[in-house]
Formats: sequence, structure tokens, C-alpha cells
Amino acid sequence: MFDNPNVVLHCEKIDKIYPGTKALDGVSFDLLKAKVNVLIGENGAGKSTLMKMIAGIEQPSAGKMYMDGEEVYFKDTNAARAKGIGIIHQELSLFPNMTVYQNIFIGHEEKKGLFLNDSAHKSGAAKILKRLEHEIPADTMVGDLRVGQQQMVEIARNLIQDDLRVLIMDEPTSSLSAAEVKVLFKIVRELLEQGISIVYISHRLEEIMEIGDHVTILRDGKYVADADIKDIDLSWIVENMVGKNTQYHRFQRSIDLDKAEKVLEMNHIYLPKKGGGWLLEDVNMYLKKGEVLGIYGLLGAGRSELFECLMGLHPEHSGEVIYRGERIKMKDTSSQIKRGFALVPEDRQRQGLIQSLDICKNTSIASLQNYVKGIFLNNKAEETAVEEQIRNIHIKVADKKLPILSLSGGNQQKVVIGKGLLTHPNVLLLDEPSRGIDIGAKTEVFEIIHELSEQGLSIIVISSELKEIMAIADRIYVLSNGKCTGELTGDEINEDTLVRTSYAGLGTGKGA
Amino acid sequence: MKKTTNNNQLLMTILKGRTFIVLILLLIFFSVIKDNFLSVATLTMVAKHVSSFGILALGMTFVIITGGIDLSVGSVVGLVGMLAGGMIQEGVTLKFVGVTLYFSVPMIILFMLIVGALIGMMNGLIITKLNVAPFIATLGTMYICRGLANLRSNGATYSDLKGYETLGNTGFKTLGSNIAGIPAGVYVFAVLAVISVILLKKMPFGWRVLAVGGNEKSARLSGIKADKIKIIVYMISGFCAAWVGMINTAQLSAAQPAQGDGWEMNAIAATVLGGTSMAGGSGTILGTVVGAFVIGVINDGMTMCGVSEFWQKVIRGAVIILAVVIDQTQRNLQAKMALQARNENK
Repeated sequence: MFDNPNVVLHCEKIDKIYPGTKALDGVSFDLLKAKVNVLIGENGAGKSTLMKMIAGIEQPSAGKMYMDGEEVYFKDTNAARAKGIGIIHQELSLFPNMTVYQNIFIGHEEKKGLFLNDSAHKSGAAKILKRLEHEIPADTMVGDLRVGQQQMVEIARNLIQDDLRVLIMDEPTSSLSAAEVKVLFKIVRELLEQGISIVYISHRLEEIMEIGDHVTILRDGKYVADADIKDIDLSWIVENMVGKNTQYHRFQRSIDLDKAEKVLEMNHIYLPKKGGGWLLEDVNMYLKKGEVLGIYGLLGAGRSELFECLMGLHPEHSGEVIYRGERIKMKDTSSQIKRGFALVPEDRQRQGLIQSLDICKNTSIASLQNYVKGIFLNNKAEETAVEEQIRNIHIKVADKKLPILSLSGGNQQKVVIGKGLLTHPNVLLLDEPSRGIDIGAKTEVFEIIHELSEQGLSIIVISSELKEIMAIADRIYVLSNGKCTGELTGDEINEDTLVRTSYAGLGTGKGA
Repeated sequence: MKKTTNNNQLLMTILKGRTFIVLILLLIFFSVIKDNFLSVATLTMVAKHVSSFGILALGMTFVIITGGIDLSVGSVVGLVGMLAGGMIQEGVTLKFVGVTLYFSVPMIILFMLIVGALIGMMNGLIITKLNVAPFIATLGTMYICRGLANLRSNGATYSDLKGYETLGNTGFKTLGSNIAGIPAGVYVFAVLAVISVILLKKMPFGWRVLAVGGNEKSARLSGIKADKIKIIVYMISGFCAAWVGMINTAQLSAAQPAQGDGWEMNAIAATVLGGTSMAGGSGTILGTVVGAFVIGVINDGMTMCGVSEFWQKVIRGAVIILAVVIDQTQRNLQAKMALQARNENK
């Protein structure tokens, strides 16, 4: 049935259902032979999930896959590997406690009888690393290597497979320097000549334009479009990636922000990265009283690191910070909280909530010192404050003594926001406040943000969803690869400029 | 710049061989204050003591490299001793047919090794399939095995295990006697240590153990059956414990339910002293063997010098903490040197 000789693997209506979400929804996908098949989509669009199905890491909830005209089912990575499918993971999957050659050959050991043939391992590793133009001594511990070199080891692992037919690369260049990217592209072209098919996932659009042959776009777990790279341009990609439907209405501000004072000013902020380079590089920003400031950027652009700096988690940063007219040093979290900074973290379950405590305690936990009488907790004062907060930001609870997990995701998020507000902050930092909550709850969270800013609270919001940030932010900074690549206000805020600026720091010419 | 690198390298060499250096220093120290310490008789005694918890430490090394722990080994020593003693003294009575079977010594040894491996397998299955933390799972089997050891004889001791010519089960005591002047247990220790080195260094299994301990998720992604590896390491640990149970019983020529009580701690101490990281992912058999000797020399040396049992415990505890602190220092230095090398290469 599906025996098109140009298609090495065909996915037919793949569904993947995780508890609570549908990560893939009827996605069909043709993997073209000896081509670079590019997958594009926003964070959470389902690219990595689809690749996990093909590599046998996870299994589809519904749908079929075909190779050579026959249906295939990969119950684990070994089954996929037996069919010649290799994958380079987005997050490195190496063993830092083992040597380079052990990492390369594990799972495909060369043996002499029962025993390992380490001389074959060492010479084999040296050969493959030479081909990759990275002559790392084969008995170095992988944990001692630079991230870029580790990435090369990860690539080398896949190349030792003789029967390799498909190589999936999930953001392979995210930790490579410009020179290393060049080598990688050379290898990719060599592999194509050998008839090996590549699946390439990347956020770097210039790279895709350079190396890609065919592009497939996913959005919210669904197939959107596909085309040959030569027929399309950047705007086509952006348009299909973002989509046109869901619109949030833009909030009207009653405060004249032009006249508002600056609450916070950051000048020339640098944050060093382990193993060289910068997580934040020369970032300059300011925030006005009552303003909703948006920070837009791709994963790894330095957004969360910026918030961590403001919460005093990175005393190693350099630069000048002026808060309410005074120069401050952001050294530790407790003094930042005292100054009036509050953070609503990105990962609600792991960093925002204490699952074993009830709604009331979760709301009051950060401000308990305000409800103390002598050495005892004044329960009444605590409960009054919590009740007031629940009313103010419209958390729907039957009883504040119920377990926190009895609430919906949206209401849990409101509890986390309420917790931050009870510390009476001057600056509220919201990291992806709408992640994992339904559309109705999203709108409510946005309304809360708007109300708070009207009351004079200064707010910084991180979001990777374009529509959202466009709806709530008065002004947007775009971060890209640790650099601030744009500042947009009013009419400048539109999808095309946002996406283009968010890729600006990634130019392969400049390097990582 | 170059100079500090050399200094670091020297320090590194010293740190890496530290357990061995400590062992030599201990031997010199005790031989100075106690004239007859470096005699054949003393060293034979030390080796005999070391071999018992040293064998436990071999199995423990595999377990700890995968990031686990096995607290049950001391109780397995007790249980195996009681089962072996019972088989020699009372045989195995099959009530429903009314016969009592007596087995030859090689058969008994084989059964006991199987029992040890099966207990290990149970540990492994509880940890991997029922998702119980290794500390808790093996704490549970530790109590179970100790209880079973007592139940076998209702708390009584099986003494005088020389066997009966008529029943054909003599010879068990050989395991506890000297062969060519060296205790049989030391031979077993040596053979098991060599096999362990081969398993860990020369066979794919060793890589898998390191991989599971280093990064379990990656190991699964690389197609390694992490659960299977974990079950096997606990089986190795149980297998080793069974040897110790039999050797110790044979040495005493008696089996008592309390034997091996607390030995798991000596085994863990020897493993950690030998440089195996409790976080998993790194460790060597040679290190463990040297670590076991360090503990053995400290114990016997202090006893010979008349240090009280209570002070011995204090000192042993301090040595273990010190060893781990030095281990951290080595790791930090190693990371620093790797960073330096990287910068110089740029």
C-alpha cells in the first residue's frame, strides 16, 4: 500500500494521548529518502513526541507506521534500531561517568569471545571522531568534555551503526559553535549521499533554510502544512507555525505609562554560562510602575535565567541594577523578597505548590511571618488574609481547607499567584503563567494580570505563546540566545517582528 | 600556570592512590608500636577477617555502582549459615513422605549459593517491579532473613558441624580451615575478586552496570534493560553473602542465628573507602579490596594494641567520614583540572 520508493517511513494518523492532553492528533508524515526532513513548530507542538514514536521511545496511542510497504511497530528503542533508526536527543543522553569510547559503543560492543575488545573500541572511536573533525582522546571521561564535544560524541554514537537508514536530530546544534555546526552539516551531506534520511528539528530558521530539503509544520499536535524548502520563505513558516485562529482581545490601559516612574532598571547585565559563553549577554531593560512588561523568546533564550537573577539566585551576574532610585545588589532570595520581588515559577507542580498542604497553607506559606503573634501562628489573621486573596483574584474554592490538588489547573495557578501577592510585592514576575491551563482559565489569569497592573503593580511576564504576550503586554523585550534583540511597543508588536527578532541572536555566522 | 598543573597532577595521583597509601601507612604504624604485627600469623588472621566482609563488599560494589544499596547481606549470612548447619545436622525432613534427606557437602554449597542468589533476586524484583526504594526493600529482607534464621532452629545454635561419615556429609569444615597455610576463605575472596574485575572491566555487563548508575534514563534510551541489570547486581550480592555465610559457619564449626549481624555496614564502609560513589556510576573492585584491608588492619591492629571496642567504633566512624570527604575533594579537583585542560586547549 505505502511503498513509494521515495518514502522510507510513513506515519499514518498517529495519535498520542498523555493523561490530560493530546500531544499528537491524527498526524500523518512522510519521511523522504535521502533528504533532510525538517520539522517545525512552537514549543509543545508535538515535534519531539512524533520523533519519540519513530525512534521507539514511546508508542502511539493510535495510528500506524509503515516501512518498505510493511507495517512496523517499535515496542522499544532496540526494535527501532534494528530497522536502522537512530536518534540524537535534544537533551544529551550520555554517561558522564564513562569514557568516550564506552559511550560510543555501549549497546553495540565489539567482542572477542565473551570479552570486550577495547582496542577495537578505541581505534573505532578515534576513527569516527576523526571523521567528525574532533579528535578527542577516546579514554577521556565524557563528563570532563565541553558540551559541544559531548554533542559530537552523541552524534558519533549513531554513526557507528552500519545499517543506519534514518537519523533523527532533535535540535542538534543548540549547544554547538559555528565551526561545529559547519562540521555537522558536512556530515549530514555525507550521510545523504550514502542514502541515509535525516529528520531535523531546529528552531534556527536560517539553518533550516541552509540544510533542509522538505519542511513539515506542526501546531498543537496537528499537521498544518508541508512544502519543499525551495518553494517557501520565512513568512510562510511563521504564518503556519503560529496560525490565525485563537485571538485574545487586547486590554485597554487607563494609566498613562509615559508619565509613570521607572521602578526597575537593569543595565549591562551579564550572566556567565558554565563552560564558557553567556546565559545573559549585555541585557538592558527597564520597568515602569503599573506596567505589564512581556519577555518573549525561544526555549533557552535566557528568559528564566533573567527571572532567577532578579530573585537573587545568580549572585555571579554583573551589571548595574537600579530599583526605586537606588542601586542594589541582588545577592540572595530572601532579601529580594523583602525588597518586594515575587516570582510565580514556570513549573507549577514542582516549584509553585506544596502538594501535601491544603489550599489555605499553600496561599499563605510565603507570608507566614505576617500572621505571627509572639512565637505562635495567628490562624485567624492567616485565614482572613487568605480569604481576602481568594476573593480578590476570584479563585473558585468550595473550602480553603481542601487539598490543593482538588483544584483545576487554572485555579491552582491562581493560588500560586495569590501566594506571591500576599507578600505584598512591588514587582511581580510571572514565568509562563498560562502553561497547562485551559483557555477559559487563561483569559481569567490575563484579567487578573490586567487588574493588578491597573492597581499600580509592576509586572513582568514571560511567555512563549505569541498571541498571549501580544494581548497582555504593554511593551515587549525579545530575548534571543541571551541577548536582548528587540524592544517593541504599541503597533510594533506583531507576530512577524516578534518571531524574526527572536531568531536574531542565533545567526550561525556569529556562533553560539 | 604550568607549575600549578603539575602540582595538581601530583596531588591527583596521591588522591587516587590514597586508600593504598593509607593501607601502607597503617601497616607501618602498627608494626612500629606492635613488634609482632607484621608476622605471618597476624597477617593470616587479618586476611581471614578481611575475606569475610570483603566478599560481601564485592557484591556491594556492584549494587552501589548502580545507585542502590543492599542492607540484607548480613542477615543472608546468618540465614545461609543456619540452613547449611541444619542440613548437615538434621537433614531435610519431608514430612508428607516421612523421610529425612541428607545431602553431600558440594550439594549443600550449591543449594546455599542458589538460596543467596534467590534472595538477591527477590530484592531486585521488589526494587524494580514494585518500585520500592533499595534502602527500604533490603531493610525489609534484612529483617525477614534474620527472622527466618532464628525460626530454622527456634533460636538455637547448630554446633560441631563435622558431619557424619555414615551419612556422607563430612568435609564442610574444609571451608573454614587452612589450605597450604592460608584460610580457605581467602582463596574464595581472591577468586571472586578476580571474577568481579573481569565482569566489571572486561564484559559488556560491566559497562551496563556503570551506565545504569551513571544515567538510568539514557541507559534505557540506549536499549539497556536497566531492570534486568539491577536484578542481577542484587543476585550477585546475595550470591557473595551466601559464600560468607558458609565460610563463617565452617570457621566456627557452628551456626548461630545472630551471625553476620551488622556486617552489611562493614561491607558498605569497605566499598565507600575504596572510592565507590554512593550516588552510583563509579567504583572499582580493586578499590573495594584495598578498602576492605584498610578496615581489617584498623580493626585487628587496634584490638592487638588493646584499644577498647568502644573506641574502635568511634575511630572506624571517623575514618569513613574522612574517606568520603577526601573523595569529594578528589572529584572537585578533577572537575577543576578538566576545566583547566579545556581552557588550555582553546
